[in-house]
Amino acid sequence: MITTEIAIIGGGPAGLSAAISAASLGAKVAILERDGRLGGQLIKQTHKFFGSEKQYASTRGFDIAKILEEEMEKYKDKIDIYTNATVLGLYEDGVLTIEHNKKYMKMKPEKIIVATGASEKFLSFPNNDLPGIYGAGAVQTLMNEYGVKPGNNVLMVGAGNIGLIVSYQLMQAGVRVKAIIDAAPQIGGYLVHASKVRRAGVPILVSHTIKRAHGKESVEGATIWQLDERWQPIEGTEKYLDVDVICISVGLSPLTEFLWQAGCEMKYIPELGGHVAIRDENLETSVNGIFIAGDVAGVEEASSAMVEGRLAGICAANSLGYGDDRFEELRRDYTEQLKSLRSGPVGAKIVSGLSKVTVKKQFA
Amino acid sequence: MRIEEHPILSFENEKRKKIKFIFDGKEYEGLEGDTIASALHAAGVKVLGHHYANNRPRGFYCAIGNCSSCLMTVDGEPNVRICVEELKEGMVVETQKGKGELK
Repeated sequence: MITTEIAIIGGGPAGLSAAISAASLGAKVAILERDGRLGGQLIKQTHKFFGSEKQYASTRGFDIAKILEEEMEKYKDKIDIYTNATVLGLYEDGVLTIEHNKKYMKMKPEKIIVATGASEKFLSFPNNDLPGIYGAGAVQTLMNEYGVKPGNNVLMVGAGNIGLIVSYQLMQAGVRVKAIIDAAPQIGGYLVHASKVRRAGVPILVSHTIKRAHGKESVEGATIWQLDERWQPIEGTEKYLDVDVICISVGLSPLTEFLWQAGCEMKYIPELGGHVAIRDENLETSVNGIFIAGDVAGVEEASSAMVEGRLAGICAANSLGYGDDRFEELRRDYTEQLKSLRSGPVGAKIVSGLSKVTVKKQFA
Repeated sequence: MRIEEHPILSFENEKRKKIKFIFDGKEYEGLEGDTIASALHAAGVKVLGHHYANNRPRGFYCAIGNCSSCLMTVDGEPNVRICVEELKEGMVVETQKGKGELK
């Protein structure tokens, strides 16, 4: 059996940041990543990030993954990396079971940081299961990681940041975006992204939804229609779009299977994307020694996921007695960074969601 | 349908090693670094199977190993998530009938 001080489940932006910050205080950590490489979904992010310099603003996502990996090099004697390692479960005696390179492995950590991320939500409409209907993130993976186009003509459902950014990336790959639609009466994403796709000639239709997809074995078209102020479809406003791909970009929900299995107290918070764990200000859940960071703690953006990772990392390390001299200062810094990332109208929703699951005192 | 030109990324398709594999008895070609799903999609294959109960066509949805919409039989092993399975030379990829059987 392998022993370690902190096991980190997930090698994406939150998990890598947690590993770096925990190791920088002196803790021994193990990263468990189910994919064959680290970086999580940063790998497919070709756009430049917002935020401030501390969160790598103006740097492209895939470059941020490289920066984090380089930073980990500094602590390589403290960080063990396991790729192709899927965590299967946590036993009552604190043992994690893992499928590593198709073999069964056991690990006994003292603390666990769960940074498993989120998965794409789905939408119900007739024929929504046809091949050619993909998550927007899936299309981003297909294009930006593997260099393959999803098709020729795309309908994007959802005008949040992911919908807008992936629409732009589709155009960069030489794919036509016929329209971006959103059921809400206003665009959900940043206007700077919306303006970019609009300038390129893509219509963004708000108060519109998809009525049905058409096709036998795969998508051959889509019918959209308009919604009234009570979000009810208006008969007679149907438009047919000649598309072979429909991208669904209607948000993400936290990947919380492990937290449920571990017995963490969970709560449904729509502002955070679904069920999330109750946590204290140190990102520790109701199960002593299990911390959370990134989208699994509440769906936001990679910038805040990285800061949460740093915060969870120092908190887990400090709970083992590391970094007493620097802990309070670092904690203040990360908390301030999160506050500033969550200022503004989009952040207000997150702050409201977090207020419903964050308890003041640390769990006993 | 490979991306040949891109303002930010360079895929260098012509420099990548070609990888031959079999899909439902026919020979296909992917590139080094492909998953089975990306190689099939690049070759124009979107339908990866049919639902075991209602026979409706199935493609991938998430492409990162979450949703299980892309399960196929690979080298005799059923229920492989082909969106995260690296393509290897000589692989035999089959459309899965039913729920798949361990042999």
